[in-house]
Amino acid sequence: MQSIVEFKNIFKSYPGVIANDDVSFNIKEQSIHAILGENGAGKSTLVKILYGHVKPDSGKILINSDLATINSPSTAKNLGINMVFQHFSLFESLTVVENLILGMSENISLTKLKDKSKTICDKYGFKLNLNSPISSLSVGQRQSVEIVRSLLNSPKILIMDEPTSVLTPDEISKLFKIIKNLVKDGLTVIFISHKLEEIINLSDYVTIMRNGKVVSTISTQNEDPETLGYKMLGYKVSKAKQVSNIDISRDIFNIKNLSTQSKDPFTINLNKIDLNLKKGQIFGIAGVAGNGQKELMEILLNENDYEFSGDIFFKDLNINNLSTFKRKSLSISYVTEERLGHSAVPEMSLSENIFLSMNHKSEFKKGDFINFEKINSFASDVIKNFNVDTPSYNVKAGKLSGGNLQKFIIGREIMSNPELLILSQPTWGIDAGSEAFIKKTIVELSQKGVSIIIISHDLDELLEVCHQISVLYEGSLSNPLKVEGINITKLGKYMGGLFD
Amino acid sequence: MSIELIIGILNIVLISTTPLVFAGIGELVTEKSGVLNLGLEGLMLVGAVTGFITLVLTGNYFYSLFLSILSGVILSGIFAFLVLNLMTNQIATGLALTIFGIGLSAMLGKKFGGTPIDGLNPYYFIVISFLLVFFVAYFLSKTKTGLIVRAVGENHNSAYALGYNVIKTRYLTIIFGGVMSSLAGYYISICYAPMWQEGMTAGRGWIALALVVFATWKPWRLLVGAYIFGGVAIMQMNLQAIGVKLPGQFFNMMPYLATIIVLVFISSNKLRLKLSAPSSLNIPFEKNQ
Repeated sequence: MQSIVEFKNIFKSYPGVIANDDVSFNIKEQSIHAILGENGAGKSTLVKILYGHVKPDSGKILINSDLATINSPSTAKNLGINMVFQHFSLFESLTVVENLILGMSENISLTKLKDKSKTICDKYGFKLNLNSPISSLSVGQRQSVEIVRSLLNSPKILIMDEPTSVLTPDEISKLFKIIKNLVKDGLTVIFISHKLEEIINLSDYVTIMRNGKVVSTISTQNEDPETLGYKMLGYKVSKAKQVSNIDISRDIFNIKNLSTQSKDPFTINLNKIDLNLKKGQIFGIAGVAGNGQKELMEILLNENDYEFSGDIFFKDLNINNLSTFKRKSLSISYVTEERLGHSAVPEMSLSENIFLSMNHKSEFKKGDFINFEKINSFASDVIKNFNVDTPSYNVKAGKLSGGNLQKFIIGREIMSNPELLILSQPTWGIDAGSEAFIKKTIVELSQKGVSIIIISHDLDELLEVCHQISVLYEGSLSNPLKVEGINITKLGKYMGGLFD
Repeated sequence: MSIELIIGILNIVLISTTPLVFAGIGELVTEKSGVLNLGLEGLMLVGAVTGFITLVLTGNYFYSLFLSILSGVILSGIFAFLVLNLMTNQIATGLALTIFGIGLSAMLGKKFGGTPIDGLNPYYFIVISFLLVFFVAYFLSKTKTGLIVRAVGENHNSAYALGYNVIKTRYLTIIFGGVMSSLAGYYISICYAPMWQEGMTAGRGWIALALVVFATWKPWRLLVGAYIFGGVAIMQMNLQAIGVKLPGQFFNMMPYLATIIVLVFISSNKLRLKLSAPSSLNIPFEKNQ
């Protein structure tokens, strides 16, 4: 088999970062070629260069041994290159068929388009209702629309950027079957992922990237997750060890029969959620994104008076109507999903960000004035205790890397001595070193008797740190499963909505 | 009321409302692609004055129409360059365009105020305005190019990722909107008045802007809305004629009041807002480098 794509010395830098540093490797025709690397390793930049979305500073790309100048996505499409995006590029208020038309590079009649998409759907097992608006579709269905839209252009090369991050285990295995069939029919698939097992299961070759450079390009045949993981990171990551230290006699947090009845079709209604959290327990809420996590977090935080029925108790006190700050004063702490813009104000310094989330505490005020001395020393302690890599507490929050900012935010919340800590996607999109540190911190915190709720799409993370896991599916919460000796097949079924 | 009177009133409504239809339908297309152009009033005035001056100087309707349209292309082209290429704030730039247009038209028209001309028959333009609404409705809902315009206004990043030229699309919709505003101005100074007077559009640009929101970005509703707004204005004159004592300001505020009510109505429900307003409206598009 000959090479269909050849990257030659691709170089791309952004102010302060080198995203791609002298990247060269070849992709063989009719193969599944994975690109593996941590967040920020430069994989997305590289495929965006191939798709004409980003311009490289220097370097060449050869397609079928011919030099290709790819200035824009439309030139890429003419060369037979299509891409399925990580954050879908669909138009929410338009229908499926309108989205499909928009993906066509040539003009085609509506009936022909419908026929063609039906053939593709039948052949590969997609189920699409052409006239539904995108807003009414599940995440998995949306991805199907994206893939069908790419296939309609009869591409030679299909780029898939982290396609499994939003799917259930069952949907993932279906997707893999489809990808394998597509390759059999002549397609070349470039598959981006940071999940090691997936890459070994699916791909023929893998290019490992670290800090913008190619570490190596190898066949996946003789690799296992551990060897591959070592190559990706350059060091071994020690796993957080969970030790049970739960005080069963003490309920810290209870949710009873929590439901919502919103008529907005863009939100998920919660359905009779019950949850019981003991002292020192770590409780994981798993589930694919868009199954009610956002709505549940909204109610737990109570920033917007989100309407619901049911009761929430913190240490036997009903907190249904208490504001966010009142809840914080009761020693509940929160780490929300969006680091920039919600957990922290990017344009303000770390010290100022401390005050913004803690101004219910009198120790940070002098009468009506801010006690900056206290706040600065608090910020220094957070930076020191939580290994935040920053020159000073006067640095703007937006200047920190994702991992460092997350350590700072979690540190800030932990140092306010909570009895209950609620985290949403605590390690999403951060480097492996910070991720390991945060997991270790969470486990240590629970051993000191703090109760913790983690809402996360990352199943591996939950399995590593939690005592119990429940799955959120279309607004319903499954019964909790003990992580020790957990049945993974059962968990997979739960994630697809098949509760007991 | 006699039949003649009713027909007379309807006739006046028809004649006086047409500028709103022109300017409104142009702005609707611009906004559908995600750009808010607050410069309608200025564009209308410059379109009105260039058309008028050219007609006075050459006596040729074709030249005057052509130059009026050209003024819209140039001014809205400048607006497009500022907001699309230099990514200036759309609201500030639009306001500047209006203020600029008011000033420029007053300066150019200084010597021509009160010059008599032979006006054009307004009915040609009335027919064109109806056809135009039909054309825009068909274009937006049935053609692929129309779909691209909607897609660009809905999510410009996705549209770009699919290979569409966001900037070019917006240039075209902005210039279309500009030309329509010039035509509205041309109609006022050549058909409706016909004369030139400083500030003669009398706030119709702002009403057209309100009209787009009132119509929730739908062409046919825009046509209906235009005639309701136009009807209210005419009603004011007629009611005063038969001696009903309501202050004129009350009628002047009606279109804005109606728009505020519609705005409150659509934004009271997040879903309705999401489905009717173009999601990228007034958000600058920055290409990934």
